[in-house]
Amino acid sequence: MNSTHKHFEDISEIRQIMERSTRFLSLSGLSGVFAGIFALAGTLAAWGYLQENGLYYDENYLLVQGDAPIAPRLFFILDAGIVLVLALASAVFFSYRKAKRESLPFWSPVLKRLLFNLLVPLATGGILSIILIWQNHLNLVAPLTLIFYGIALVNAGKFTNREIIALGIAEIVFGLAATVWQAYGIWFWAGGFGLLHIIYGIALYYKYDCKVETHG
Amino acid sequence: MDNPIRGLHKQFESRVRLGVMSVLVVNDWVDFNSLKDMLEITDGNLASHIKALEAEQLIEVRKEFIKRKPRTSYRVTPLGRLKFREHLDALEALLIQKP
Repeated sequence: MNSTHKHFEDISEIRQIMERSTRFLSLSGLSGVFAGIFALAGTLAAWGYLQENGLYYDENYLLVQGDAPIAPRLFFILDAGIVLVLALASAVFFSYRKAKRESLPFWSPVLKRLLFNLLVPLATGGILSIILIWQNHLNLVAPLTLIFYGIALVNAGKFTNREIIALGIAEIVFGLAATVWQAYGIWFWAGGFGLLHIIYGIALYYKYDCKVETHG
Repeated sequence: MDNPIRGLHKQFESRVRLGVMSVLVVNDWVDFNSLKDMLEITDGNLASHIKALEAEQLIEVRKEFIKRKPRTSYRVTPLGRLKFREHLDALEALLIQKP
């Protein structure tokens, strides 16, 4: 029946508009994969640095310093900072590309809300980490960055693809585990920021991006 | 049983008005340009439908100046929210009746 058909179209369009006006749906899976790769590279650099300079934790989890060419604290802040900048840059690049391809607006009130909800917990965790590094509690940095990042993702989940909530919870679990087994912090960090991102990115890519790419 | 057609409101018969209401019921204040981008329609078209919704007191308007440029934003009124929900319920009821 004709009117039934019109009503049906009305409802599906209403649903689409509601979704599009509250969620930033252009987050690209590829940016997750790249963030993961950068994180793994960053972890390898940190591991190499620790090995090279014979740094290790004593029984109180204070870092025993060998004769490192760059101060360890500065090295870790730089290392993590570079990873963060590269990951964010790839997120912006791939999401911008995806938004253009789907002819959706990129800079929108929705993205603003997403960023606000993401950045408040993320910046809190970041500043806390720098304070902890400065106070020589390096052992707590891996667990806390994972936990705060996880909380930031769950918080952002209301404003983008829902899958990000699952990633956030996984990061929190990794962070809590890293608090229990602190000596392996660097490996939990590699797992949480590297491996989980790559898995999430690939899953997201196959679920949302492939369809778009085949259309051109 | 009630006739579901009674819940269908004439004000929402146009696609544009349906779109405007869909955006506004799930957001707080939304400005004109964002609304235009989301619905992918022209200025004139959007303006005329907004005026109609405003006249029925289904949406409210706020005008302000951001760095000397005027910005107009819209928000759904409690009445608008109620009418829109009735309209959606009626649409759904109709679809269930005639599958």
